[in-house]
Amino acid sequence: MPEYLIKGGRVIDATGERTADVLVRDGKVADVAPDLQTTEDVIEARGCIVSPGFVDLHVHLREPGDEEAETIETGTRAAARGGFTAVVAMPNTRPALDDAAVVSSVLALGKEAGLCDVVSSGCITVARAGEQLAPMGELYALGVRIFTDDGFCVASAGVMRRALEYAASLPGAIVAQHAEDETLAAGGHMHEGAWSSRLGIPGRPSVAETVIVARDIELCEVTGTPVHFLHCSAAGTVALVRAAKARGLPVSAECAPHHFSLTDECCEGFDPQFKVHPPLRTQADVEAIREGLADGTIDAIATDHAPHTPESKERPFEEAPPGMLGLETALAVTITELVEPGTLTLSDALALLSWRPARLAGLEAHGRPIVPDAPANLTIFDPGHEWVVEPGGLASRARNTPFAGRTLRGKVRHTVLNGDVVVRDGAATR
Amino acid sequence: MKHLLSIDDLDVESLTDLLDLSEHFVAVNQRDIPKVPALRGKVVASLFYEDSTRTRLSFETAAKRLSCDVMTFSVSQSSVKKGESLLDTVQTIEAMGIDAIVIRHPAAGAPHRVAEWTDASVINAGDGRHAHPTQALLDALTLRRHRELNGLRVAIVGDVRHSRVARSNVKALDLLGADVTLVAPPTLLPESLEGWPVQVSHDFDDVISEVDVVMLLRMQFERQGEALFPTVREYTARYGLTEARAERLKPDALIMHPGPMNRGVEVAASVADGPASLVTEQVANGVAVRMAVLFSLLGSGATIA
Repeated sequence: MPEYLIKGGRVIDATGERTADVLVRDGKVADVAPDLQTTEDVIEARGCIVSPGFVDLHVHLREPGDEEAETIETGTRAAARGGFTAVVAMPNTRPALDDAAVVSSVLALGKEAGLCDVVSSGCITVARAGEQLAPMGELYALGVRIFTDDGFCVASAGVMRRALEYAASLPGAIVAQHAEDETLAAGGHMHEGAWSSRLGIPGRPSVAETVIVARDIELCEVTGTPVHFLHCSAAGTVALVRAAKARGLPVSAECAPHHFSLTDECCEGFDPQFKVHPPLRTQADVEAIREGLADGTIDAIATDHAPHTPESKERPFEEAPPGMLGLETALAVTITELVEPGTLTLSDALALLSWRPARLAGLEAHGRPIVPDAPANLTIFDPGHEWVVEPGGLASRARNTPFAGRTLRGKVRHTVLNGDVVVRDGAATR
Repeated sequence: MKHLLSIDDLDVESLTDLLDLSEHFVAVNQRDIPKVPALRGKVVASLFYEDSTRTRLSFETAAKRLSCDVMTFSVSQSSVKKGESLLDTVQTIEAMGIDAIVIRHPAAGAPHRVAEWTDASVINAGDGRHAHPTQALLDALTLRRHRELNGLRVAIVGDVRHSRVARSNVKALDLLGADVTLVAPPTLLPESLEGWPVQVSHDFDDVISEVDVVMLLRMQFERQGEALFPTVREYTARYGLTEARAERLKPDALIMHPGPMNRGVEVAASVADGPASLVTEQVANGVAVRMAVLFSLLGSGATIA
């Protein structure tokens, strides 16, 4: 496909918005202007927004090790259908992403699938065990910029300090913390509060998150290395991050769509589709997350896409694994829960889904303004398209969405990856 | 009513109906041959994923006295040991043809999940910390046979946090008009009591002389390792129904315990065996209450005879 025209859409990027056609040639944006013409293919975008492709800082692709739940191919197909042109693969695979060979294989599988740029995270510690530092420099040389033991918290303040000190020698690297103090959260399965007390389900309190966030903000100040907080869920975390940013510290934060749209009340029926770590919290936490998104405290919407097989979720709540799908519903949940009620403008929402996370992850080819010569990583979506989430219709290999049956608005029509139209009219082309 | 998963499945009327029906079975149980043909041909599967003596025996006795066939599924000797999931186990026993599943499970909400997977009636015989509705029913029946419940002051003392008995009793007693006070150190109370119709005291001595009923909960010794209380000795000193403390009870106060008891820990042996204790009555009434539950779930059209 040497050339094609994205016709009739409204272009929104970090520089503003305008109604314009976008001509793509040789994998790059060739022209952006009203009423462009082409003799080649035309991709219909009337009524749609044309945005820089979305970037997800937090995705579990499950390969290697848990391919029955998701593979890099199925996960990136889900990503492409969700409008993502780049995803950061989390390191809790088996084996973990603590070794150059494993990271290389993940990157190669991502390239082979060709649906979405797969960026690998790297472990902070060997086997995510929280003790010995992983070979961060070797992983950095392969392009890793986000280091995390996600799924596990780096529990030891001493190890976290050393990791931050060491990462200071790797320009652009950020250390991302799964902030949950296991001495407070261990044995818990949902947010500790009124609902857990009523249901008799052991809880994971908000303070398990905030004690680690508070501690790591102090370590950030001491070391000067950027610290990123994964899947922020508690009101207290938003306040801590806001205050740290006001102090000028290099901290950043992401939150997941389920944490600004669902509460612990969802667990009332003991359905493990609503089990996730950190857990769904209270309406007050949801409000605080929304405020944090609106005032810039939170830098990115990241899905924490966590596929699990149907059989692993067909168990009692306390025995099922935590995690929920997110890639194919993130845009729609963001539009339905944040943009339509007026919490965010569409442009602010796209900043959180695209250019702000792209900058955090150091991805030069993503989240760029849509101007001539920019790499053509684009998402074209219809913000008003209403649809019902059908688990069976998802591209992910797993079915564990907490939004099953929900009517949402906003659907990706086309996704363009380095000029390739990988999703056209809602369907993956490969 | 299809299932009994929690006291939330009941309102005052259906709860009272169940207790009234239980009275019939108390009478049946006093006959020379305490057995009726009411549920002949019905199959009840008993599925216990936790060790239990009294509840399992009580349910099985209840089912047999109603002439049900009882299928006992003992987890320690079953395919669960070979890794079979709860879903597969339920589907397997359902394929054998059953009318009810009585389930005890260490995970809260497991009976609710089972109810989604089966056409049989599901009776919760205790799920994690969540609920133990038949215990609450038998406690209500036992108390009702001695006192008017409306306005009765009941103290539930001990490890409320981990107690399904307490959660179900709070709901049942509230429905029936009793005033419940939870007595425990903060570490043994639920993290949040928002929406609970209870008062709270951390000082047993403060309430002991004012209550009509003391319901003691079993102290689980393994909790000592979780920093929830310092020592068993200190627990007994502050929250045990010792002889000295029992002397400060109202003269007609009643004492209950769901069993199994730790004599000398949450209750002094002499108090547990004393005239105010309803412990053995609770056990006897348990069979009648479970007969009533089985009969009301499975016995549409049948008569007790």
